[in-house]
Amino acid sequence: MRFERREQRSLLLLVGAPLAAIVVALALSGILIAIAGAPVLEAYRRILIGAFGSRLSATETLTRATPLMLTGLAAAVAFRARLWNIGAEGQFYFGALAVAAFGSHLLSGLPGPILIPVLLVIGALAGMVLILIPLWLRLRFSVDEVVTSLLMNFIAVLVVSMLIDGVLKDPLAFGWPQSQSVVDHAMLPKLVPRSRLHIGLGIAVVLAFVVAFIQSRTVFGLQSRAAGLNPQGAVFAGVPLGRTLFKVACLSGGLAGLAGAIEVMGVRGYVTTDLSPGFGYSGIVVAMLANLNPVGVIFTALFTAIMFVGADGMSRSLGIPTYIADVTVALSLLTMVVALFFTQYRVRR
Amino acid sequence: MSTLIDILSSAGLWAAILRIATPLIFGTLGALLSERAGVLNLGIEGVMTFGAMIGWLAVYNGADLWTGVLVAACAGALFGTLHAGLTVTLGLSQHVCGLGVTLFASSFSYYVFRLAVPVAGTPPTITPFQPLDIPVLSALPFLGQAVFTQTAPTYLAIAVALVMAYVIFRTPIGLAVRMAGENPHAAEAQGVNPMKVRYGAVIVGSALMAVGGAFLTLSAFNSFFPTMVQGRGWICIALVVFSSWRPGRALFGALLFAFFDAFQLRLQTVVEGVPYQIFLMTPYILSIAALAIMARRARVPQALMQPYRRGER
Repeated sequence: MRFERREQRSLLLLVGAPLAAIVVALALSGILIAIAGAPVLEAYRRILIGAFGSRLSATETLTRATPLMLTGLAAAVAFRARLWNIGAEGQFYFGALAVAAFGSHLLSGLPGPILIPVLLVIGALAGMVLILIPLWLRLRFSVDEVVTSLLMNFIAVLVVSMLIDGVLKDPLAFGWPQSQSVVDHAMLPKLVPRSRLHIGLGIAVVLAFVVAFIQSRTVFGLQSRAAGLNPQGAVFAGVPLGRTLFKVACLSGGLAGLAGAIEVMGVRGYVTTDLSPGFGYSGIVVAMLANLNPVGVIFTALFTAIMFVGADGMSRSLGIPTYIADVTVALSLLTMVVALFFTQYRVRR
Repeated sequence: MSTLIDILSSAGLWAAILRIATPLIFGTLGALLSERAGVLNLGIEGVMTFGAMIGWLAVYNGADLWTGVLVAACAGALFGTLHAGLTVTLGLSQHVCGLGVTLFASSFSYYVFRLAVPVAGTPPTITPFQPLDIPVLSALPFLGQAVFTQTAPTYLAIAVALVMAYVIFRTPIGLAVRMAGENPHAAEAQGVNPMKVRYGAVIVGSALMAVGGAFLTLSAFNSFFPTMVQGRGWICIALVVFSSWRPGRALFGALLFAFFDAFQLRLQTVVEGVPYQIFLMTPYILSIAALAIMARRARVPQALMQPYRRGER
């Protein structure tokens, strides 16, 4: 048995393969649900109800999808240039922390319409700062950025833990380590009244299209794709590799930092060390499921959010551990890379 | 200054070094073997988590401790087969598949653990490995306390490092592994099937990683809780680079790393006014520093991360 590159790919294959990947992942998780002794179809029905069954749950799903879109975009732009930024989790926390610091005291005197954009920019900048360390290590010492950006996540969370237990600690939180809240007029306006859904969703969707435009219609987009496809070839063709990777890193880290900023300003108002249930890591899956397509990220983030929010509801009624959502999402990543492989290769005996 | 000497001269520190190093030795050797054959296995973090969970669960359900280790090794081998299937047979991105395996293996272990053990106030425990009482040696003054009060898996880890150093550099199997990682086309020309060698290396390597995870629940602690691996897998990947892909140096690197870790743990109790998080950061900062120092000097296996497809260049 061997694999042979496909000369042409039918539309059916291009659309069908990713869908098949999701179905296979859901089927495999179904086996795990069945082993746990619950009716599989009923479990999936409850996941859908949990995610969309009421106005509240639907807005909750969209609220959860918002940071996933941004971390997904962060991974997508980086991976496209073969910059393996696995540090979105840490960059998310840095963005969140920066907003908590500047939004609670330092800049709280500014009026809302100025304060909100300023804080968003600060959050993005904080994310950029964190990714520049692995990037610098790669360019200066040729250290693989996968491991360094991963290790930075642990350091970042410890920095957050230190600061919210120290200078940024909220004295009114009953000794609980949490940061002071950002002022009320720094909070993002709600999209739907009496829900947690905020305009961050709109920002994320718009940014997905902006990133798509940058990647397909600008010189920088071309250069970043070239850097990913063939770094040596790109250099030969006159692409400044270091500078391109620097810009890609800033975009990626900025998006992840922005995700953290928006989560604080849209939902929580303050930072704790459990602000992110792995948004940075899930972002990698979101990006891969979308085959690194920025607009696709909108939909795969939604899929991931449905699984997570829906599984919460399903877990309460059927007693299946909520971790089934993480398992399904991880499985769909693996089935998706296999499916995408078979859109490029065929099996020959 | 005198407190430093106190810390360094306590047998407890040296005993802790070996204990902290053990999972790192297993994990680093596992990652090293697989990278020697040309496959980066970022599944390590998840495989260690799964090994920790399944080994503990087996013992919790009545198996004896060594059976628990064996169960963990077999589970690790299965994840290794998955990773090899994706990266060797299909030749997919080793970065992406490794991360996928980590995400899958760790969430799967939490799922299985939650199913098997209902939520309880205090996590259930097992009776872990006890320190081996070695005649004469364990009774030595200081040295007995510092080195010869370890549990059996620690001695096993050191033995595996020595065996692997011998196998990789002195046997035909080791040569085949190195060829698959340096130049698979040349290996093929010599009648060695690089695909099979890579499969073998990834599977055995993953089994070792899982055993490293199992040490956490069967010897270092006596219970399992999510996130207990705490980035040890990633540290192992850094240690492989630090060791320049040599098992002997990997053993040394893991011990050196464990020394710093044990040292900072004790320093935490005597130094006042420094937030404890600073101390907790040191292992990760050290790993990054080790990478930065060694990355240029280390001799990377030339075909690392390059999929091998027969008849394609």
